[in-house]
Amino acid sequence: MRYLPLTPADRSEMLGVIGAATVDDLFVDVPAEARLDGPIAGLPPHASEMAVERHMGRLAAKNLSAGAAPFFLGAGAYRHHIPASVDHLIQRGEFLTAYTPYQPEIAQGTLQVLFEFQTQVARLYGVDVANASMYDGSTACWEAIAMAGRITKRRKAVIDRGLHPHYVGTARTMAKFTGDTIDWKAPKLEADCDTAGLIAAIDAETSCVVVQYPDILGRVPDLAAISDAAQAHGALLIAVVTEPVALGLLEAPGHLGADIVVGEGQALGVGLQFGGPYLGLFGCREKFMRQMPGRLCGETVDAEGKRGFVLTLSTREQHIRREKATSNICTNAGLCALAFSIHMTLLGGEGLEQLALVNHARAQDLADRLAKVPGITVLNGAYFNEFTVILPSDAREAVRALADRQVLGGVSLGRLYPDEEDLARGLVVTATECATAEDIEALAAALEGVLA
Amino acid sequence: MSALNAAGWRPEMGPAQHPDHESSRQPTASGDKGLMLEEPLIFELGKPGSTGVDIDPASRAPADALSKFRRRQQCQLPGLTEPETVRHYTRLSRQNYAIDLGPFPLGSCTMKHNPRLNEKVARMPGFADVHPLAPQQTVRGALEVINELAVWLIELTGMHGVAMSPKAGAHGELCGVLCIKAALEARGEDRRVMLVPESAHGTNPATAAFAGFAIENIPATAAGRVDLAALKARLGPDVAGVMITNPNTCGLFEPELKVICEEVHAVGGYVYCDGANFNAIVGKVRPGDLGIDAMHINLHKTFSTPHGGGGPGSGPVVLSEALSPFGPLPYTARMADGSVRLIEEEDAAGMGHSQAFGRMAAFHGQMGMFTRALTYILSHGADGLKQVAEDAVLNANYVLRSLDDVLDAPFGSSGPCMHEALFSDDNLPEGFSTLDIAKGLIDEGFHPMTVYFPLVVHGAMLIEPTETESKAGLDRFVAAMRSLTARAKASDESLKTAPHFAPRRRLDETQAARKPVLNWKGG
Repeated sequence: MRYLPLTPADRSEMLGVIGAATVDDLFVDVPAEARLDGPIAGLPPHASEMAVERHMGRLAAKNLSAGAAPFFLGAGAYRHHIPASVDHLIQRGEFLTAYTPYQPEIAQGTLQVLFEFQTQVARLYGVDVANASMYDGSTACWEAIAMAGRITKRRKAVIDRGLHPHYVGTARTMAKFTGDTIDWKAPKLEADCDTAGLIAAIDAETSCVVVQYPDILGRVPDLAAISDAAQAHGALLIAVVTEPVALGLLEAPGHLGADIVVGEGQALGVGLQFGGPYLGLFGCREKFMRQMPGRLCGETVDAEGKRGFVLTLSTREQHIRREKATSNICTNAGLCALAFSIHMTLLGGEGLEQLALVNHARAQDLADRLAKVPGITVLNGAYFNEFTVILPSDAREAVRALADRQVLGGVSLGRLYPDEEDLARGLVVTATECATAEDIEALAAALEGVLA
Repeated sequence: MSALNAAGWRPEMGPAQHPDHESSRQPTASGDKGLMLEEPLIFELGKPGSTGVDIDPASRAPADALSKFRRRQQCQLPGLTEPETVRHYTRLSRQNYAIDLGPFPLGSCTMKHNPRLNEKVARMPGFADVHPLAPQQTVRGALEVINELAVWLIELTGMHGVAMSPKAGAHGELCGVLCIKAALEARGEDRRVMLVPESAHGTNPATAAFAGFAIENIPATAAGRVDLAALKARLGPDVAGVMITNPNTCGLFEPELKVICEEVHAVGGYVYCDGANFNAIVGKVRPGDLGIDAMHINLHKTFSTPHGGGGPGSGPVVLSEALSPFGPLPYTARMADGSVRLIEEEDAAGMGHSQAFGRMAAFHGQMGMFTRALTYILSHGADGLKQVAEDAVLNANYVLRSLDDVLDAPFGSSGPCMHEALFSDDNLPEGFSTLDIAKGLIDEGFHPMTVYFPLVVHGAMLIEPTETESKAGLDRFVAAMRSLTARAKASDESLKTAPHFAPRRRLDETQAARKPVLNWKGG
């Protein structure tokens, strides 16, 4: 077997050193009745590389990949062009097959990357400090709510209607068990965010106000106004960014008064991968640093005075604090953080701005064209690369009909909000730099056919 | 152990006598030394305002509606060209130790070889370039991958169901504990106490506390197992369950696990099993046959998905029949017509899964890890997976018996270990610590073992070779360990300042924590 170096001769020699007659003697602690006497049911024997590749290739071929069709999906996962060097570099074995950098003398590569990553995220978000990444945006969002609870000693999170419903679902699941209150209602199909309604919900019990920027319908909330209202009640503002490319064009949430900024980092450097692995970004004000969850990398010096990096402030973490830790999180999204960081290193602030401008221009082209499709209305006032259109009928059916025509036409609100009849005609469409004029025309033409 | 090596130097001599030692301290004008390359930060290599990506200019100006939201100042980050970027990360990569370079025997971490076929498969466009919310009719193959992996995880563990969405081991623990909490709530019971053995991973008590349970520790016996009598004495109507690691963090199988499960069930509690060490028993024992209720599986351990410098992980949780109804959304199910369907919020009630405790994260789990893990399982097959466990256990016992004459093996007399060999610092001479041995291993070209864990052993050294190390590789590791203990016994002071040959000497962690510098402060 190609991954197992021991030979039969090795095995018998090693058993001799151990003083065991057979390998089964090493499993002596396993109760006899619990030992399997045959192979696992149904699982075939080992297979050649070629055979496995063929099997997996056949499964892969059953999927319509985004690059093989006009593609307009977003809603928390975005398809951007990833420079070729990103995937090449993350496959270097020294990155790919290293562990968490607990031995810093021989992990300076990973640690320096994390230090650079933390700096990139902090500057992108406009905050003082950022951590070394979380599982994904949705779990980072809940961790931010939990952190706000620790800081304010309050247990009610007021969540804007425009937060991604999967993020809301994640927070609701956790809150159900921790006893926190989640105050949230489904969005309405209106051109602008319900800022007044959100502000009215903030009270003296509120630990935090959670606002997605831009929101699930692609609208841009007025963070500065919400920040003022939160501050007036002693609540923290948590901004959630699911599309980091938007921050090439939009003001950084930290500059608009957000106390904690979290989000999904997948859009930079990480492919769609049917939903994971992605990476959660997490930043905040310096005064909250010691309440942050997750790993942190910090600068220090070695015994000879050379600059070096280590994991630090680990007294917040589970392996030291056990049940008193700030979070049970152990892992971060190291390799995805590396991909994000490399893509960001190539882009720089300048490239990010250019990329954002192209995305927004493509989305405007898409909106102009879809507005000409009979029966379709564009909902949004302001938007970045994603907006909502109202169809004359249930958008779930339209999405399926478009897929029959080999067009991946957007995310229906009916799928995201199955209980909200009022949203069923909404379709969220996204145009990144990958969408060509031909793709836009293909979607419009297919929609004209489907809705006719 | 005392043969001259190619450099004319014997390990016992210590680094200070190494012929290369003095010359390695000679400064160079560049700061680099041959292949030992220093690398500045990206912020020191480039200035904001540049980019290394060619982007076609935008065809039109931003919409007026966006103007009040515009960024006042461009994000202050440099953009490096491709050659600068490739060189930066390549140079940094060379400052990392990795499985690809040599043995990485971190106990409880299962640092096995990461097959490259896994990487190739995960990058097939049909897996890598598929949106999580794409219409189900366009992602049949992706759903089949999830379902096929789910089937094998259930078979390999002898359980009833599996939740695939948890993002990592600790997230899986949380999933399992939430299932227990949901099941108790469905019974109308408010049990507050979770029992956790003192040898448990830190994530266990942290997870249970996060879910609102009070944690009570259960002691270990002198033989390194859960103290069954103490556990039984504590069981009662306030106990929600017990979180137990098997094989445990001392590298030992819990022979009484079946009895523990029966006792816990008898008082209405549930048994959560930490599956971090499943590699030792895959294909040999099915935890479900012992009666557990939930167990997470670290796909990045047993099933070889890459650790990537600290993630991403993936932590599916297998569930007993009692807990399966409470598993989270979404999940996959095979329908009457043979197709696999993703069951999300809108379909759960219709599928008879209305007791699901909810959603743990956006989308459906770590698909990129599922493709790799399934590739691994199919590559090994039923015979190969059994061989994996046998070779992993054989390698660990070989290390145990090759070192137990020079190091104290606290549980070595009670019989064989499983996948990892545990030593204490009892046999190290006064003034030398486990840390010194670990740092000395770095100079010898190995990654250190897990140190100071589990907490139940003083100065613990936990060595998990995994099945992908050859006998020759183990022999080199054992020789290095024997040399290091010999140097400690010979009071070789240079060991206390090891490593001497790594990219950095020991780092000042106290300074890092006292005045944290978490990002670059330059302009």
